[in-house]
Amino acid sequence: MHLIREFEVRCTQSYQDKKIGGFCHVYIGQEAVAVGCTQAVRPEDPIITAYRDHGHALARGMTARACMAEMYGKVGGCAKGKGGSMHMFDRPNNLYGGHGIVGAQTPLGAGLAFATKYEDEVINGGKNTRVTLCFLGDGAVNQGAFYEAMNLAGLFDIPVIFIVENNGYSMGTAIDRGTTMSHDLCIKGRAHGLKEAVIDGMDLLAVYHDMHELAEWCRANSRPAFVDMKCYRYKGHSMSDPRKYRTREEEERYEANDAIAKFEKALLDHGVVTEESVKEMLKGVREEVRDSIQFSNESPEPPLSDLYTDVFVEPWGRYTGSSLPEFMGGADNVCGFRATDGKEGLV
Amino acid sequence: MTAVLSNPVFREPSSLAGPVREIEFRDAIREAMSEEMRRDKRVFLLGEEVAQYDGAYKVSKGMLAEFGPRRIIDTPISESGFAGMAIGAAAMGLRPIVEFMSWSFSLVAADPILNNAPKMLYMSGGQLGCPIVFRGNDGAGGQLGSTHSWCVEGLYSNVPGVKIVIPSCPADAKGLMKTAIRDDDPVFFLESERMLGNKGHVPEGEYLIPFGHAAVRRAGTHCTLASWGRPVNFCLEAAEILAKEGIDCEVIDLRTIRPLDLPTVVKSVKKTNCAVVVDQSWSFSSPGGELAALIHKHCFDDLDNFVHRVHSDDVPTPYSAKLEQEYLPNVRKICEAVRSATYRA
Ligand SMILES: Cc1ncc(C[n+]2csc(CCOP(=O)(O)OP(=O)(O)O)c2C)c(N)n1
Ligand SMILES: [Mg+2]
Repeated sequence: MHLIREFEVRCTQSYQDKKIGGFCHVYIGQEAVAVGCTQAVRPEDPIITAYRDHGHALARGMTARACMAEMYGKVGGCAKGKGGSMHMFDRPNNLYGGHGIVGAQTPLGAGLAFATKYEDEVINGGKNTRVTLCFLGDGAVNQGAFYEAMNLAGLFDIPVIFIVENNGYSMGTAIDRGTTMSHDLCIKGRAHGLKEAVIDGMDLLAVYHDMHELAEWCRANSRPAFVDMKCYRYKGHSMSDPRKYRTREEEERYEANDAIAKFEKALLDHGVVTEESVKEMLKGVREEVRDSIQFSNESPEPPLSDLYTDVFVEPWGRYTGSSLPEFMGGADNVCGFRATDGKEGLV
Repeated sequence: MTAVLSNPVFREPSSLAGPVREIEFRDAIREAMSEEMRRDKRVFLLGEEVAQYDGAYKVSKGMLAEFGPRRIIDTPISESGFAGMAIGAAAMGLRPIVEFMSWSFSLVAADPILNNAPKMLYMSGGQLGCPIVFRGNDGAGGQLGSTHSWCVEGLYSNVPGVKIVIPSCPADAKGLMKTAIRDDDPVFFLESERMLGNKGHVPEGEYLIPFGHAAVRRAGTHCTLASWGRPVNFCLEAAEILAKEGIDCEVIDLRTIRPLDLPTVVKSVKKTNCAVVVDQSWSFSSPGGELAALIHKHCFDDLDNFVHRVHSDDVPTPYSAKLEQEYLPNVRKICEAVRSATYRA
């Protein structure tokens, strides 16, 4: 949690320094959700989320270097600088994105779970062993695709948990201004036969325990669930949000109930950690994030030839049919766009 | 064309007298919407964050205060739902303006905006149409990555029954928006996040700009540069550079691509004998490809070279600033295309 927070603070600075571009949404305040949820499941359980994704990436085990360098648009980034802040992907750690279009990840999340179940049951002839965590914002609850995803998950017994990170706002819209039945969000899952839970997302232990129980139930029964995860984002929606739609008092009330501070106090009270060991840890965290910035500064810009990589898989080698696309050299250079400085040509 | 132009409501902004008044692109759009809302109660605006937040990009700033929540309506993030709802309301005779925070998000509303709005009149045998304006940011912003950088004109211009407006400057944005709102057909109005802060002279006084009427932004004799929207500005920059090399470009701003003012382009090409089309969408089956084909057809004997085209590269939009800049139809690419087309490469 400390790593995520420190990372996001430095990320904000880097954005202000114009090292990071585009849209960038930080996770400060919601750390306990990503950490508690990912710890409550197994590394082989897939996860997928929206554009506010740095916390999930780090919690899932992406290095601070890969995450930061992606936002710097550098080769050392998790997607070689092609995806950016909103689109963090980490296949080895079973993180299937960062998705920029609100709600887009919800049918995909059902699809990840469909695949794990299919593999376990149809291909391997066994029992379902995995559960998928699909995170979405409270604003995403209003996308039509989400309802189709829930219906499919309910219909096909898909082991996916839709975790609504209910931070009370979608951009400047307070939840009750945009969403019906916001006092009982779980009704949306209930309508599709999903198991439901309301969880205090500002309490790491609650997130961990409740999510663990729920995930094990979904895994064992191969059924979907809906979680109303109550939380709060301390900062603006993105980097350019003056937060005029809420009061400073409200923000302070939530900040006083900070999940990191609470968990730290609990650990201290129970003698699990000492003031010194916490200090040591913080030092390590700061060093890790500082190092990620240095790494991102030093990591090279992608070569121009990278524009044309990863467009196709090309399992049979470079396509050489009669309809060879222009950009692969199949036609005259009619757009004049491939004249390069000679140093960085097409591969 | 002449019949349309003879309608007295239509005037070019340059024909209006009065002091110079520099306002931003976003202000021009707001003025058009507000003026039309004052004159017609059937007009209303809906979309995400348009009211209490004053618009995600401040285009609708202050409109809630003037028109109230019944006419400036905040919606949830439900593009398919609110676009469809607005189309239903338009069929009943209201005149909605639907703001997509970005046209990239209109993809989740593709069915209502492509299957309902443009076909209602035809499918009902002329009984009911759809007087509606969809508007929002189109094209690459700055490093927004591939999901948020759509040039939807590449997709949507293929559909009969829609009018597509892509202005390049504040004065046109205002006059074209007013026409869009008064038009009885569905209009897709494509703005650019990168241009909303651009300032330009917008005269006081009322004017509407007709659709299908291009503007010659710069006269020239060696090569016709035809474009629309943000890249028009790149064309003008390129023309300055090329002028120093002795290549004199004529820059034509189409302003609307549906309808497309072919006569103005043809007239120019018959003079220059050379054409370069600059279109931010991808090249394959694009409006730029269509225009090039039309020029080939109508200027076959006049062309000294085939029509060159500058597009975004045929790959998803990359996040990295360096790759994105290379990917877009930038000034360098335009200059290269013109040099090649005029045999000065
Ligand atoms: C389909 C679509 N519409 C609009 C947007 C613009 N947008 C990005 S984030 C956002 C608010 C989402 O809020 P919420 O789901 O609550 O997530 P949070 O930002 O609170 O994490 C909006 C409207 C988008 N990305 N995709
Ligand atoms: Mg939210």
